[in-house]
Amino acid sequence: MPDALLELEDVEARYGPVVALHGISLEVDEGEVVAVLGANGAGKTTTLRAVSGMVRRSGEIVFAGKRISRRSPEAVARLGVAHVPEGRGTLTELSVRENLRLGAYVRRDRAGVREDEQRVLSYFPWLDQRSGQRAGTLSGGEQQMLALARALMLRPKLVLLDEPSLGLAPMVTAEIFRIVGELNAKEGLAVLVVEQNAALAFEASSRAYVLEVGKVAVEGSSDELRRNESVRRSYLGY
Amino acid sequence: MIFAFDWTQLAQQIVIGLASGGIWATLAVALVLIYRSTGVVNFAQGEMAMFSTFIAWSLVHHGLSYWAAFFLTVAISFAAGVAVERVVIRPVESAPVLTVVIVTLGLFFLVNGAARWIWTPEVRSLPNAFSTRPIDVAGVAFSIQDLGNIGVSLAAVGLLWVFFRFTKLGLASRAAAVNPEASRLLGVRVSWMLALGWGLAAAMGAVSGMLTAPALASFDQNLMQPVLLYAFAGAVLGGIDSPLGAVVGTMLLGVLVNLVGTYVDWVGTELRLPVALAVILGVLLVRPAGLFGRVSVRRV
Repeated sequence: MPDALLELEDVEARYGPVVALHGISLEVDEGEVVAVLGANGAGKTTTLRAVSGMVRRSGEIVFAGKRISRRSPEAVARLGVAHVPEGRGTLTELSVRENLRLGAYVRRDRAGVREDEQRVLSYFPWLDQRSGQRAGTLSGGEQQMLALARALMLRPKLVLLDEPSLGLAPMVTAEIFRIVGELNAKEGLAVLVVEQNAALAFEASSRAYVLEVGKVAVEGSSDELRRNESVRRSYLGY
Repeated sequence: MIFAFDWTQLAQQIVIGLASGGIWATLAVALVLIYRSTGVVNFAQGEMAMFSTFIAWSLVHHGLSYWAAFFLTVAISFAAGVAVERVVIRPVESAPVLTVVIVTLGLFFLVNGAARWIWTPEVRSLPNAFSTRPIDVAGVAFSIQDLGNIGVSLAAVGLLWVFFRFTKLGLASRAAAVNPEASRLLGVRVSWMLALGWGLAAAMGAVSGMLTAPALASFDQNLMQPVLLYAFAGAVLGGIDSPLGAVVGTMLLGVLVNLVGTYVDWVGTELRLPVALAVILGVLLVRPAGLFGRVSVRRV
């Protein structure tokens, strides 16, 4: 079996004295969309923050064969992990174009960046007309799409997507997940997505982990988990 | 006013005002740079600029021409600004704002003391960068030095603007100031961007100090203290988070203070600083965000 693209083994994370993750293990393979579900405070966001180094963590985190458990967020980004954070991380005072350019900040291949810009705009054509606009003036859904587009500018090996549906209308959310699905199908993009909306998450992913108070409670294929009545009742509450 | 109004004098006084305003503008931009990235006013900015001016004086003293000393000092100040951030500010980077403010106050006394320790009290002056003879423009005599000061200040600010607007590093430092966390996720080394900001601020301050000193018959370690106040007043007038506002605000203030000093007899030269302070107070009462500042909406 080939090594996973991302592998977490017994990862703990804490905010000051508060332990948010009590030893989480999970994997994402190349070309795979994996969902992380769970109630508020279960540690979903912290799991992503542990990968990108935005929280103090311990345990093993291996990405593309490299140990990243001690690396800074800047260094993890440079390895090709694009983290779309909670709240989208819009650089509100900069223009849409500047936001996109910063997505490719760590890249040195100018020709490749230009190419990717065209490719990204083909997924989000409306961004082209809005390129001079201040990003803070975009609607929530547009900012979420901008955040995803910006993440793609890194030409990432893995995208960490934190609750893309948060505060958005169902139609906008559906559009975002449709694009994620298309990126995965067409380009083999690997995605680790955190989501409250279980139905959406199961639909978009091939495997899923359900977290409960900082631990993995259940894991399995998304189809299996979706059909599992007791999982639905005990952990997802619908 | 009953007699013919002297337009020549008005034009001259406006240019003199713009010249001092321009010098203040470079220091005001330095304040804005730090304010935007760390949310505090660097009270030591003026003292750092004073220290730079003393370095320039030493270089001139050792035989360098004014302009050679000028550019060398700007470079040294940039490096020193970066070093100050790394050594003094970095340890309190994530501390509350008040802590950082107090650290910059400490830095004020540290830099002032160091300058007094290194450079003993004596009468010292910097040579004029420009010819002091007047130039005739449409029948009005302007001092070349004033026009030169305006030119150098605007050039320094303009270069800074080009850096932030058109370079990748400039873009990254703006991003780091807007949203440090999101910027780190994009691979921007935010901590170094802060250091870069301190370096650029120190370089701007150096320009301000080296333009201030030649206008004076002699200067000492208190050289930049009034300039810091004018710069602060101008920055508040323009909007403390807006570089453009800082430039427009200090230029306006320069003209205002100079005209009031010239035409209002009882203000004269002694009460100019209080005029600047009145401007700070007035702006904070009437329009706290300043002319160009963004009104920050805070959810309660």
